[in-house]
Amino acid sequence: MNDKPEKFIDDNGLRLDGRKANQIRDIKIEVGVLSRADGSCYLEMGNNKVIAAVYGPREVHPRHQQKSTKAIVRYKYNMASFSVEDRKRPGPDRRSIEVSKVSREALEDMVFTEYFPKSAIDIFVEVLQADAGTRTAAINAASVALADAGIPMRGLVSACAVGKVDETLVLDLNKDEDNYGQADMPIAMTPDGKITLLQMDGNLTLEQFKEALEMAQEGCRQVYEFQREALLDYYAKKEEIEEIAVVEEAPEEVIEESVAEAVEVEGVKAADAKEAESDKEIEEDVEEESTQTSETSDTSEEETTETEEPEEEDESIIDESDKKEEAF
Amino acid sequence: MDKRIVIPGDFLSDDVKKAGEGTFIQEGKVYANLYGLVNEKNKIRVVPISGKYFPSAGDLIIATVSEITFSNWIMDIKAPYEGLLHISEYPRRIESDEMMKYLNVGDSVLVMVKEVSPSMKIELTMRDSRLKRIINGRLIEVTPSKVPRIIGRGGSMISMLKNATKCNIFVGQNGVIWITGKERGVDKAIETITLIETQAHTNGLTDRISKFLKGNETSEVDQESPDILNELLD
Repeated sequence: MNDKPEKFIDDNGLRLDGRKANQIRDIKIEVGVLSRADGSCYLEMGNNKVIAAVYGPREVHPRHQQKSTKAIVRYKYNMASFSVEDRKRPGPDRRSIEVSKVSREALEDMVFTEYFPKSAIDIFVEVLQADAGTRTAAINAASVALADAGIPMRGLVSACAVGKVDETLVLDLNKDEDNYGQADMPIAMTPDGKITLLQMDGNLTLEQFKEALEMAQEGCRQVYEFQREALLDYYAKKEEIEEIAVVEEAPEEVIEESVAEAVEVEGVKAADAKEAESDKEIEEDVEEESTQTSETSDTSEEETTETEEPEEEDESIIDESDKKEEAF
Repeated sequence: MDKRIVIPGDFLSDDVKKAGEGTFIQEGKVYANLYGLVNEKNKIRVVPISGKYFPSAGDLIIATVSEITFSNWIMDIKAPYEGLLHISEYPRRIESDEMMKYLNVGDSVLVMVKEVSPSMKIELTMRDSRLKRIINGRLIEVTPSKVPRIIGRGGSMISMLKNATKCNIFVGQNGVIWITGKERGVDKAIETITLIETQAHTNGLTDRISKFLKGNETSEVDQESPDILNELLD
């Protein structure tokens, strides 16, 4: 560990790490890094490294926690034991419990919880490397992971800290500024400037506080741009976007089936029926030999190559009718 | 046609009447509430890129029995909620004590969502000629939001797939897909569906998929079909 630096700001007005007073650290965001989670995000903010996973909406366990009108949001902030210089004892401590609570509240109001009554949305954030500002980094990552999970939200939440060193306000504190500075104030905001989290330790005058708030707002806006860009890049990677065909209202449109009979589910009987069918189908397939698949013709990609089956019903794609008539 | 990606909170329109799925209205403006693609056919909708299946009445889905109670089969429908298939929704009259004879834990079934109550009690039914227990073939899962892409306009993609692989494919609205056919065909179908899923958002997909299917198609048709059913029944 190092000791308190002589001066936090040099003669050129630059900070210890060479940043200007109102400059945030470099941010790197990767979306969808975990295949097992519904949504995930890896985020680096300076030397902070955090990874966020979102699961849900899913069933609530224990049951008594579920709310009958809305989803509950659970947030777990955890620091890996190797994330700090002196090994941290693993497991929740008072600090991480508090961080979890305030972070949950920072995100909860932005989620449309009323869409998913009786369910839970779980957010887990793991701090892999800590360097002052882990809670803000965690909120930024969690917010992107929520979007990636396809959870409806009013907007992303962006967070960043503002503090005071040598009577100067600085944005996005680094380790030394955080440890030896005069004030630290993490803030989370929505794109339209609503504050969902504001904590502070140290001292600020009222004027400094107001100025700090404005600085933080600018910092959050910059963070938001990074979050936004990461999400857009994730899917708009190379190709242009193709419009996804809309599901027609009629469920028949979505049915892909070839059997009409209500099969009596009685092991052998049903199996026999099925067998007969599948045999039938194989024969038919052999007969048909429909090898005309594409006529790569049209310019519009939506004008797809319809493989017309001999006796296909129009509109509905239930091609059971023909099979049924022939087979039975 | 505007096709762009939006993130939650993005402004979409000033016309409140046009607000469709995946949007919300605030102070007379329409914003996106999902991360996905904008679709402006008649209403502005946001088609999510990912997300869980959310049941609505009339959906045909593939469910798996997870528990049997006195009068209900409790089913996993790949949604945030369980589905309930009441004993009376089975196509024929059965007694409570012989429920597991017809559908046991672990069995997969083609069912229809009958009703979704506001408190998210999801009632299923099998009282429809198309619905039945699944006794052969293979099941795979895809992201529910990719289902329309797999089916394609008016079923174009799926019928192409079925013809090329000589398989029967049923796509459930909850993203579970049931494929029956010859082993090789089924393998091919799964491979193709995975490809579609990963490239659902790209341009000219149908052409690429048809090329993919063509390029690897075996010209000769295997006359001797392996009888999977008999193996299963032994």
